[in-house]
Amino acid sequence: MLDELDLRLLDSFQHGMPICEKPYEAMAATLNCGEDELICRLQRLLDERILSRIGPVFDHGVAGASTLAALAVPAQRIEEVAVLVNACPEVNHNYLREHHWNMWFVLTAADQEKLDAALKRIEQQTELEALNLPMQSAYFIDLGFPVGSDARMAV
Amino acid sequence: MSDCISLSDQPVDPTLARRLIELTQAGLPLVDDPWAWLAARLNMTPEEALLLLKQLQANGLIRRIAAVPNHYRLGYRHNGMTVWDVDDARIDELGHSIGSLPYVSHCYQRPRREGWPYNLFAMVHGLDATDIEHYRYSISAMLGDACRAHEMLVSTRILKKTGLRLPPPASC
Repeated sequence: MLDELDLRLLDSFQHGMPICEKPYEAMAATLNCGEDELICRLQRLLDERILSRIGPVFDHGVAGASTLAALAVPAQRIEEVAVLVNACPEVNHNYLREHHWNMWFVLTAADQEKLDAALKRIEQQTELEALNLPMQSAYFIDLGFPVGSDARMAV
Repeated sequence: MSDCISLSDQPVDPTLARRLIELTQAGLPLVDDPWAWLAARLNMTPEEALLLLKQLQANGLIRRIAAVPNHYRLGYRHNGMTVWDVDDARIDELGHSIGSLPYVSHCYQRPRREGWPYNLFAMVHGLDATDIEHYRYSISAMLGDACRAHEMLVSTRILKKTGLRLPPPASC
């Protein structure tokens, strides 16, 4: 269970932490706790996987080339096709969704040529035709969710 | 013309940027001075490491430096990929509005395909199924006449999820 200080910590620093000398000391000062206490909490939140990491969030463009792709997989082939898609090192997310196009995955590669080759390989191995939907513009503001008392804690 | 050169104008050596990504993509260590830790591995001073991070943030390679929560563990287990067939002439204006909604994590323009008329994608996250249905209706109301058709593809299973990993260098 998260306590009040945990919630303040998440609320205060999920969008950004101080980029100054001794950032953890500065975070502790903001929260009115000691630096040791803060580091202890950060470690616990990482151990409990409440935090996925502390550090930079890189833009997708960093990887070179990326795309969102989908396959329309017949129900009886889902497990088999998931194994083939997931085995592809270029795939970093793969979700099953309720739709005719039911398997959605993000591919990233060093360049466009390698990206196209990876998707082609998936199409050949699965014998399914992919919907290839590369990003054209991003209307991204920030990724962050309120973690106040209305968030139902999973732990 | 201003004499001031902004951080984003200063080129960053791609090899150095890559090395920084490799070192920090799994997270910074919980040590008193994480920049000194980073600097030692990049053969530079902590001040230079800090400046490099600020440059990368200014030029957009780094979106933010933060304590990144795992939203699934915080209870945000429901996500819907909402897809919209939106008037091309208005997509930038509408995309920015939708992208700034607090429950939308990603909002992108993508190409239409045969049998796939949707050009605007917005990922919504909620604590339960009712939440995301509600968000979908709110977006629909915002788009109004500019939207011809839409759907929400609810995720039923995560098949694979790994953080952003750098592909091997282009030489291999």
